[in-house]
Amino acid sequence: MRKILLPALIIAAALLIAARLFYLQILDDSYIQKSENNAIKVKYEYPERGYIYDRNGELLVANQPSYDIMVTPNEMKNTDTLEICSLLGITKEDFIRKVEKAKVYSPRLPSIFLPQLNKKEFAAFQEKIRRFKGFDIVKRSLRDYQVDVAANVFGYIQQVNYSTIQNNPYYKSGDLIGKQGVEEVYEDILRGVKGVKRIQRDRFGREIGPFKDGIYDTIAVKGKDITLTLDAELQKYGESLMFEKRGGIVAIEPKTGEILALVTAPSYDPSILVGRKRSENYTKLYNDTISLPLFDRGLLAEYPPGSPFKILTGLVGLQTGAIDENTTFVCHHGFFYGRGAFMKCHDSGPVKLHNGIYNSCNTYFGSTYKQTIDKFASPKEGVDVWSNHLKSFGLGNFLGYDLPPGRKGLIPDGNYYDHWYPNGGWRSSTIISNAIGQGEVKMTPIQLANMMAAVANEGYYYTPHIIKKIQGDKIDQKFTTKHYTTIDQEHFKPVIDGLYDVYNLGTARSLRVEGIEICGKTGTAENFTKINGKRTQLTDHSIFVAFAPRNDPKIAIAVFVENGYWGARWAGPIASLMIEKYLKGEITRKDLETKMLTQGLKAEYEKPLSGKPFTINK
Amino acid sequence: MKNQSVINNIDWPLVLLYAALVVLGWMTIYSASLPLEETSIFDLGQIYGKQMLFIMMSIPLISVILSLDAKIYEKYSLIFYILSLILLAGLFVAGKTIKGQTNWYAFGGFSIQPSEFAKIATALILSKYLSDVQINLKNTNHQLIAFGILALPIMLIMLQPDAGSAMIFASFVLVLHREGLPAWYLWTGFLAIVLFLAALLIKFQFLFIYIVAGVIIHYVLTRRARRNIILYGISLVAMIGFSYSVDYVFESVLEDHQKDRINVLFDKNVNQKAEGYNLNQSMIAIGSGSWLGKGYLEGTQTKGGFVPEQHTDYIFTTVGEEWGFTGAMVVIVLFAALLLRVLYLAERQKSRFSRTYGYCVAAVLFMHFFVNIAMLIKLFPTIGVPLPFFSYGGSSLFAFTTLLFIFIKLDANKVNEW
Repeated sequence: MRKILLPALIIAAALLIAARLFYLQILDDSYIQKSENNAIKVKYEYPERGYIYDRNGELLVANQPSYDIMVTPNEMKNTDTLEICSLLGITKEDFIRKVEKAKVYSPRLPSIFLPQLNKKEFAAFQEKIRRFKGFDIVKRSLRDYQVDVAANVFGYIQQVNYSTIQNNPYYKSGDLIGKQGVEEVYEDILRGVKGVKRIQRDRFGREIGPFKDGIYDTIAVKGKDITLTLDAELQKYGESLMFEKRGGIVAIEPKTGEILALVTAPSYDPSILVGRKRSENYTKLYNDTISLPLFDRGLLAEYPPGSPFKILTGLVGLQTGAIDENTTFVCHHGFFYGRGAFMKCHDSGPVKLHNGIYNSCNTYFGSTYKQTIDKFASPKEGVDVWSNHLKSFGLGNFLGYDLPPGRKGLIPDGNYYDHWYPNGGWRSSTIISNAIGQGEVKMTPIQLANMMAAVANEGYYYTPHIIKKIQGDKIDQKFTTKHYTTIDQEHFKPVIDGLYDVYNLGTARSLRVEGIEICGKTGTAENFTKINGKRTQLTDHSIFVAFAPRNDPKIAIAVFVENGYWGARWAGPIASLMIEKYLKGEITRKDLETKMLTQGLKAEYEKPLSGKPFTINK
Repeated sequence: MKNQSVINNIDWPLVLLYAALVVLGWMTIYSASLPLEETSIFDLGQIYGKQMLFIMMSIPLISVILSLDAKIYEKYSLIFYILSLILLAGLFVAGKTIKGQTNWYAFGGFSIQPSEFAKIATALILSKYLSDVQINLKNTNHQLIAFGILALPIMLIMLQPDAGSAMIFASFVLVLHREGLPAWYLWTGFLAIVLFLAALLIKFQFLFIYIVAGVIIHYVLTRRARRNIILYGISLVAMIGFSYSVDYVFESVLEDHQKDRINVLFDKNVNQKAEGYNLNQSMIAIGSGSWLGKGYLEGTQTKGGFVPEQHTDYIFTTVGEEWGFTGAMVVIVLFAALLLRVLYLAERQKSRFSRTYGYCVAAVLFMHFFVNIAMLIKLFPTIGVPLPFFSYGGSSLFAFTTLLFIFIKLDANKVNEW
């Protein structure tokens, strides 16, 4: 017994130590991280972000250097708070708050103390930085906008938020990331790759050389430049035409699906979201819940499409055989589509497809829609067929463009109505408003523009996209793939003829452009809002869709002007000016242009906010 | 074949284990003390250069130890003992005070720590005393003398004050146990440690209940004939009194830094930048080693000098960091093998002196080994004792070498005894 005590103790102690070491070295891996925090300082070198060009090679977005002051709370020592405050022009309270905030993120890691200083602001600080332990300066590149438009297309860059840091190890506190627009969608391409330097430190925080002689270090790779499909001139022109109006313009090149202009109004100058005023300005934009400058109406606003929808009603009618080119309906300033149910129309007389389109006859398209649905055994089947045709135009779903996804719009199908009428009993007459783009259907401006592109191409479209070229890279293949609609090519011809005569004989007679054959369609959509909980009708939306030239379409466009009344009043002129500008480069109708550039709808938008009774459509 | 060459009889496995540890120790010291610009490994301006010199100097030292007559160690043990007591006492006159401890003599560039040598002398005198056939450790007087032999150097060392070195002397109790000291001494000591820790960790009320319950259970489980109600009563009162006084001892008797070290062990209000720094850094260095370590000379914690005293008491952190779990296991296996080899040889000795001395060697080395490594990985409060053969320092290397090689000499000489 006495002989084995000490040997037993020795073996037990060795096993105990071995077990403890196994736990510390193998099972608990927190020490590896702690050791890195201790001894390795990671320095990042931030690459320049890729430039952004327009389709003609015009530089839209470049970079400017910016300096962030970073603080690592644990390394602060004998800080002369007052001097830092006076150098940077902040108060002592600010100072304390910022340091506290940094501590919350991490006492050991650097976080931003004061962001986006320009060269002058930081020069004074830099001279004395050696004396401020724990403070550091990081050079980053900020955007330098060469144009004051297309903020909605570009998006902006901002500091990464906490959840991004948690979810994506690439980003560290204080890094910048693209938000909205192409900055977000092409973030990985534009940002480049940070350079990383690992520096070994001793226990006093002094740098004692590169970690492992720098074998893990990388150099920064500049972001790739991208070229957009945008035509900067057209974009600028579109934004100026939307003077004091709300709405959106989307112009697409039908042959390629390239987005030529994507205007939302009101918008803002992208350069106000750069620099030290950024946060203040952003808050201002964000808090404007009335005109919604951050809301990209071209992609996000779901409007009742109104009369342009008649194009689709006609096409589906032709495709299903419900009508042919010569089918005639008689309009008596409207028609009875059900027992005691009358749809009003400004037209009268016998109507065929051709004049139905250029006169925008409700009777004609109401009847066409009814016949289309009624052709099938049940209204549900009819609506499903109709709905599937529409969906082949990319409606009722995300289009798949390379901008933040926008909205789906709404194209109802049979199930939709079964849901609303659980006991059945609905039929074509119940849902007749869809025929003229009122009812349940909803579309975004880009969907409307894309529909026009498909019509211009007589049956197919390319997914609309904003990217034209990526430096040293290819653009997504899906943007060069044709999508065919379910409407046969032969049915487009009569519809296009009708659209052409909208300008010659129809609702847009006044908007003809000398020398350009435009095909278009006006629209006027009823819309409602809630004032104090009461459903109140507002002045109609002014809508216009078009493409031109007729025989070789180069541009398809959709214009929405909120509460602009009838289509030819605001949206029509804007569309025709845009087309003229794009195809001819100059404007002949100076009076019309001046009117659009100088008159707006301010008074109209104030009506529902005034709290007083008001009249609409005046 | 009387007095045949020592070389043929020395235990080569033991010598090789010793050499392996010394070489590994030097390599580790080299890594831990490498300056930014490399210099010669013999550069005496550098710590590794000095250690190289100490290692070289150990070779003549070993030759002398092996060539002296084995009987000398037994014969002059009393003189060695008295000499070391004088040296310990002399510290209060001529010693050098570092960090509040007066435990060094400094001559010119070198310094020696007499407590290191007192261990050898104490081991020798204890072995000598116990080797007398008339001595029986069941006898209270003999027990008192044996404890007295230990108490003298312990007292002198406590006065320096150097609790770490003093604690090492406690390992001699294991030797006394092997040589017949009644087992209850060990049990009492063990129980006292358990109660001390328990009293620090749990509230007195609960501890009181546990003690009472424990004693009653023990009483019930004991055979009727051996139940001594008075003895149980005294034990109960003693245990409760001891536990009750722990708080007082902790607060009033222990020095602040000793309290800190115990608090650090139990994670009680630890500031990782002050009293908790050493242990925290030591665990980071070792813990970041993983399976194979960061590679020799590649330890970031070692290079950055995060672990204090890394070439001395904290040398094992470099092993853990640079060689990982694998390397640490190699070192631990080497130590365990060396200790077990010493014990194995001790049991083979014909003379009680040699056997007891072998036990002393194993006990002292074991105590150093365990306390040193356990304190680095939070198994034991921080106590500044070197890792034998590994830690930097001439005094400790010479002392451990002497301690071990006297035993090797005694072992080699056993063929000459009968």
